[in-house]
Amino acid sequence: MLTKRIIPCLDIKDGRTVKGVNFEGLRDAGDPVELAQRYTQEGADELVFLDITATKEKRRTLVKLVSEIAATINIPFTVGGGIKSVSEIEEILKSGADKVSLNSAIVRDPDLITRASDAFGSQAVVAAVDAKRVGDHWEVFVKGGSEPTGLDALEWIEKTENLGAGEILLTSMDRDGTKSGFDLELLAEVNKRVTIPVIASGGAGTIQHCCDAIEIGKADAVLAASIFHFREIEIHDLKKLMAKNGIAVRTLTT
Amino acid sequence: MIGIIKYQAGNLASVSNALERLGANFIISDNPDELEKADGIIFPGVGHAAAAMDDLRSRDLDIWLKNTKKPVLGICLGMQLLFESSEEGNSNTLGVIPGRLKKFDATKAKVPHMGWNQFEPLTNHKLITGINNKQFLYYVHGYYAPTNDYTLATCKYIKDFAAIVAKDNFLGVQFHPEKSGQVGSLLLQNFLDMVKEGKTVNS
Repeated sequence: MLTKRIIPCLDIKDGRTVKGVNFEGLRDAGDPVELAQRYTQEGADELVFLDITATKEKRRTLVKLVSEIAATINIPFTVGGGIKSVSEIEEILKSGADKVSLNSAIVRDPDLITRASDAFGSQAVVAAVDAKRVGDHWEVFVKGGSEPTGLDALEWIEKTENLGAGEILLTSMDRDGTKSGFDLELLAEVNKRVTIPVIASGGAGTIQHCCDAIEIGKADAVLAASIFHFREIEIHDLKKLMAKNGIAVRTLTT
Repeated sequence: MIGIIKYQAGNLASVSNALERLGANFIISDNPDELEKADGIIFPGVGHAAAAMDDLRSRDLDIWLKNTKKPVLGICLGMQLLFESSEEGNSNTLGVIPGRLKKFDATKAKVPHMGWNQFEPLTNHKLITGINNKQFLYYVHGYYAPTNDYTLATCKYIKDFAAIVAKDNFLGVQFHPEKSGQVGSLLLQNFLDMVKEGKTVNS
């Protein structure tokens, strides 16, 4: 049976893993290659690396890091953060990433989704959407959550699927870093509208939150950062309890 | 020595990293003469069937591949292209194995089939020594291969489809062993062992 995925997310700044609360206030969380290796051994199903470095050197260091990660780990991983063109996507994928996550660039240039999925297949193109509740709907924010776009998140997500995205990485900005649980209403609304897999992000604090994202929010995968980085929840324990709740998960047999 | 086929649709970095971790010797080439010197061939693949076939044809890799007697392991799209045709871009593929690839019905479940799933072996085979129906492998595909006489193992998603195929010297796996943790490494090691022992794949 196809299992629900647990995805630790590593925010990368200047080659280190960092984690903030509500997109601000960064804490150091270690060496990304070491963390990636640890998560792989502990049973993570996939990994996401988001580069939040803002310097000119960024691209070169990111490509080098992607190559190191690809040489070390043997599970799929996604790379995102400031990727703007098909040639940049190609560079990241050729370095060994399986998917790229596109966020601000596709809001500016939605056709990039189509160009990228035509070139590399839709399975390699993740549309990352940072959504924030504004009044009675959710709005898309870009540039690390700092800039409103005026786009309705549900309409935008449907559009990314139609343009060729293979997966949605849906982050609730209201919940990100708060550990108060995923935005289940947002998740359920998105899952009603798309037929591609949806990764729930933003708000994981307990094992129950992760179960709720899947059972109530209908998410295909659950992404979290700090609860894993700081060992508040072990992946093994999370999967054991998810299985107990009747959720199909991948267990490692040794 | 393993030859990895180099073409546009190849997940070359992942496959070569996996072989590197297993300590295998390999070359990456788009030259049929060079590839024919290898003891075994890995035919990777990610992306669109029609585009991949165009690229293979432009390098005369299609004709060589169909006719080689070397053990070949097709991965994901590489496995799919062993079949006759695909609904993806309505393309004619290599035709080593009978059958046409179909698109998953997106009204029944999420498409692509993406994530960790198992397979159900139909027969014993050296390629899956040590791997059983409890273990998980990483799949990502929107089109699926029909089951037929050449199906070695099936996987269930929306319906049963071919997870592993074998015909003569050709083997194919729908999942990505190079991305499937220890279980995937074991399958690749089994293929390397088969190549080393010079056993015909279909024995």
